[in-house]
Amino acid sequence: MIENNLPIFQVIIPLIGAVLCAIIKERKIAWFIAAISSWAVLGVVVILVLRVSAFGSLFYQFGGWEPPIGIQYQIDSLSAFILLLVSAIAVVMITYARESVGAEIDPDKQHLFYTIWLLCFAGLIGMVSTNDIFNIYVFLEISSLATYTLIAMGKTRRALFSAFEYLVLGTIGATFFLIGIGLLYMMTGTLNITDIAERLGNAGDMRPVEAAFAFITLGLALKIALFPLHTWLTNAYAYAPSFASAFLASTAAKVAIYIMIRVLYTVFGYEFSFNVMPLGIILLLLSIAGMIIASLIAIWQKDVKRLLAFSSVAQIGYIMLAIGLATQEGLTAGILHMANHALAKGALFMSVGAVVFYTGSSRLEDFRGAAKQMPFTMAVFVVGGLSLIGLPFTAGFVSKWMLLSAILQKGWWIVAVIVLITSILALIYIWKVVEAAYFKPRPAGAVKLEEAPAGMLVPMWLLVLANIYFGINTNATLGLASDAASMLFGGK
Amino acid sequence: MEEATRLLEKIIRVCLGHYDYWFVIVIMMAGFYVVINGTNLVKKLMGLVIFQTSVLLFYIAMGYIKGARFPILKTGEDFYINPLPHVLMLTAIVVGVATLAVGLAIVVRIKEEYGSIEEDEILSADNKGNKGDD
Repeated sequence: MIENNLPIFQVIIPLIGAVLCAIIKERKIAWFIAAISSWAVLGVVVILVLRVSAFGSLFYQFGGWEPPIGIQYQIDSLSAFILLLVSAIAVVMITYARESVGAEIDPDKQHLFYTIWLLCFAGLIGMVSTNDIFNIYVFLEISSLATYTLIAMGKTRRALFSAFEYLVLGTIGATFFLIGIGLLYMMTGTLNITDIAERLGNAGDMRPVEAAFAFITLGLALKIALFPLHTWLTNAYAYAPSFASAFLASTAAKVAIYIMIRVLYTVFGYEFSFNVMPLGIILLLLSIAGMIIASLIAIWQKDVKRLLAFSSVAQIGYIMLAIGLATQEGLTAGILHMANHALAKGALFMSVGAVVFYTGSSRLEDFRGAAKQMPFTMAVFVVGGLSLIGLPFTAGFVSKWMLLSAILQKGWWIVAVIVLITSILALIYIWKVVEAAYFKPRPAGAVKLEEAPAGMLVPMWLLVLANIYFGINTNATLGLASDAASMLFGGK
Repeated sequence: MEEATRLLEKIIRVCLGHYDYWFVIVIMMAGFYVVINGTNLVKKLMGLVIFQTSVLLFYIAMGYIKGARFPILKTGEDFYINPLPHVLMLTAIVVGVATLAVGLAIVVRIKEEYGSIEEDEILSADNKGNKGDD
């Protein structure tokens, strides 16, 4: 019984957890419920991943209704990989949250914070699990509404206005996505992704389908924060509570990119997306512009969280560039870089969160001399930064290597040079923080830092070790990513 | 001459034949304009709601067939409207209301913190507070 219903538990558990957190108004119990829920989700997802790799895609019909009428869930090798990423990050983050949220959020609002976080988590997991395009929209809005609230709970009043800006842009993006779904439904008469893909085979070059393609990709690009639609992201990550920044930076954008891959490769097919429609060149130009400009802006930032947010925009550029190559190697590199960037950025944001834990802000001045007072926390920043730059023996190296070889396979050596140059820009902005932390004396009168409490240090180091482990033993992640990419190309 | 008549016919067909979609586009752009151009945060949210509402109308217009019955099973009647687009819009209405609620809640908090809901005043208050910080 449970076995048949397995592909639904990862969505139901956090939803139930959210309700429990809201009812039980005790912050410690709320944290405990959130932690238990995320561990349970991880457990379910691990079983799902094992089953998918053994028996192939899993399907689940809601209420027993067959696909054209009912909503269908599908777990294939791509969604299993992303589910594993999101739920593993969630487990690490919720462990970190006990100290971080405890310091940054009002004690009487903490149970609500966990409620909202669980809703956001459920929305993200649901987007990945479902095979129904309207259901994706619903889960997208669930996770987005929760995200606006998480951001608005930041300490400064600027968090409120950033959340409002994100709400307006996010809603426009989601509404564009909804218009696209409407046009697709008009042409195919179904909402099931597999059925749409099948029926679009005969209606590929009709104008409403082209319009649907434009609306959906534009709406998703807003959600992904593809340059130049990234304006909401930098403020939102800079002013959100540290825990929320770390969680969103490593999961929310990744899930939106996952939906983009689904739409481009499964719904429309790469033939239509990149040969009939000129998306390849658009993604190429926008992601290159994003890589260069966002990295340059990041160098001039005085706030470390904001710096990391701009770095995220640049890294999204790498991922979208890889996806836009429309080759199997490129897609593998893109999927792999999603995971590796999540690991690196998660570690970076968490170590910044440890500084915020003591100082209450994340300006560059607060980092001066931090390495003497909190050596383990700053070591996390260094390793995370190295992985972000893509140095050998870190996870970032593997995916950047894959990306470069995929680009060179296309013969675009200029693009490869740009990727290398922007990696040097990443070195510069990471170095700025490292220099402040290691080579500047702690100014007199600055808040005294201590080593972060164990509740924060352990999850940070888990991510750091993951960064190093997946940099040396590449088989696990690379295997899953290339399985997913070959599934997307083999299916067509 | 004949070509001109054919062109005129086409224009009339596109303009009048799809008049419902034109309404949708006009409403959508009106809402979008308010979102982009408004400086008052509540007005911005109103624009956003109008923008979302146009999509509801789009789905409803799309689902309607002239002369068709509502979808209740009855012998001898098989020309009925597919109810699915309309049902989807029930969900979208709920989503829109939730978005509006979250948006208004944030505006209330902004008013408490800044004492204003005008975008330019909020931005200038932020810049004054942290000169040389950004």
